[in-house]
Amino acid sequence: MRIFFTLLRRELAAFFLSITGYVIIASVTLLTSLSFVILLTAFAAKPFTAPLTEMFYSTFFFWLIVLLVAPVITMRLFALEKSSGTFETLMTTQAGDLQVVAAKFTAAVIFYMVAWLPMLACLFVVRHFTSQPGALDAGTVVGMYLGIFLTGCLFLSLGCFASAISRSQMAAAMISFVLGVSLFALGYLARLIPMTSQWQTQALSSFSLFDQMDDFARGVLDTRTVIFYTGAVFFFLFLTLRVVESRRWK
Amino acid sequence: MIEVSNLTKRYAGRTAVSDISFHVARGEIVGLLGPNGAGKSTTMRILSSFLPATSGTVRVAGFDVFYDSVEVRRRIGFMPENNPLYPEMRVREYLKFRARLKGLGGRRSRERVATVMEQCGLTDVQRRIIGQLSKGYRQRVGLADALVHEPELIILDEPTIGLDPHQIRSVRQLIKSLAGRHTVLISTHILPEAEMMCSRMVIMFDGKILAADTPENLQKLMQGGSQIVAEIAADAADLNAAFLQLPGVEKFDVSAGDGEFRRCALTPRDGCDLRPAIFALARERGWVLRELTRNRHSLEDIYVQITKPNEEEEG
Repeated sequence: MRIFFTLLRRELAAFFLSITGYVIIASVTLLTSLSFVILLTAFAAKPFTAPLTEMFYSTFFFWLIVLLVAPVITMRLFALEKSSGTFETLMTTQAGDLQVVAAKFTAAVIFYMVAWLPMLACLFVVRHFTSQPGALDAGTVVGMYLGIFLTGCLFLSLGCFASAISRSQMAAAMISFVLGVSLFALGYLARLIPMTSQWQTQALSSFSLFDQMDDFARGVLDTRTVIFYTGAVFFFLFLTLRVVESRRWK
Repeated sequence: MIEVSNLTKRYAGRTAVSDISFHVARGEIVGLLGPNGAGKSTTMRILSSFLPATSGTVRVAGFDVFYDSVEVRRRIGFMPENNPLYPEMRVREYLKFRARLKGLGGRRSRERVATVMEQCGLTDVQRRIIGQLSKGYRQRVGLADALVHEPELIILDEPTIGLDPHQIRSVRQLIKSLAGRHTVLISTHILPEAEMMCSRMVIMFDGKILAADTPENLQKLMQGGSQIVAEIAADAADLNAAFLQLPGVEKFDVSAGDGEFRRCALTPRDGCDLRPAIFALARERGWVLRELTRNRHSLEDIYVQITKPNEEEEG
């Protein structure tokens, strides 16, 4: 456990003590603020029944952020260590494969969540200038952040896997971007196809990231969704772990 | 300390190390020598339990590198090829991080980091960012990292590569100072380096061990082929006749030197020393003897000879 925290601290330091870290945070803030401005203009034009947090996901900015930022955050994790050779020094210490994967993933998730924090400011702006209490409530904000957290975990675990299988950061970013877009497209498909009771569409509907996000934004917590996300995250982290271990049976 | 028996490592379609065995005793400094691509780095990676062997067993301090990997790693300080470091970290911060990763507690790691920084001459640069240090200092950071947890065995892959002569000397001195307390395995393709630092050398070529012995014994091994050179002022015919009668001469060659001196090259039979006999001969005949030397094969010759790629195979 001590080694896990040592690794975690170093990974976090690598994010926060580098210029890339702040570039990522700045771009996320820029995109969220932009979507906020667009939403406010829309709200000003005609009244909506849905709360602001729910509308946020219907702008494509949210998905753009997740799809673009997750690969950028995770591309460095394994690929850089492999190409610079530090992977060798790292794996010949007491650190185990599981600890390394867990520490890198946790650091990525923490950094990702920190990058989303400036968005709280937008919510405070809404709270300050609106007379309607329904426009923003604690439940939907928590739900929204939980949604951001879970989708983030999913795409970051995907990114970890992509980084573990490649030696170059660019390749890692591209692989995780392609995987992420495929997952996203699957979700889009799930929304387009009308729901039937057939198992195919049922199965496909669990990939419907949009609908699940809508639920979160409304403050609805569907256990199936949470299980789907957690399962997928563990699946990709398991794959990452196997890739890291694979040097032992190659 | 290290026991390697019948170690083989195959990558897809290529055998990097084939069926090698050697052992290293506690406290020795052993050099792993060979041209690039001889399998030195692969052997070291297997020893440090980073890579598994295809077949054969490797034991470090009695622990199998594959099954007791954690125990082995606890006892090994490994500096891989090109000395990879995190360039964005500061020297002290990096060493502290490494000490913690190697399982040292808070206080112990602080003590050890201070000690190795002193030992490796890093105290002055402890707050500098590694990426901005000179290559010599970075190499010392790598060494300090390998030493930080007081390992029994230190494995250094090409520790002096890319350094200037001054830096090389200081790194060598540092490595030499480790003898006795630590067992050290160094890989290099620079022969004089191994000759200077190591008490024993293992010469590898093409995944196989060609020779393993002390530098002196390796030289002795080749002495059969050594030559005696003498410059004597005498008639070529007299010299030829005298050498023909001299016992222990395998073959000889007399050629013209400058002035009245003749340059004679003699090959002795089974490594015996011809010099006293030649001196006695010159004194007896009243010849002036200007030079009498034995061309010892330097380790360089031995090395070149045994690691020379087989031309017939290549062609």
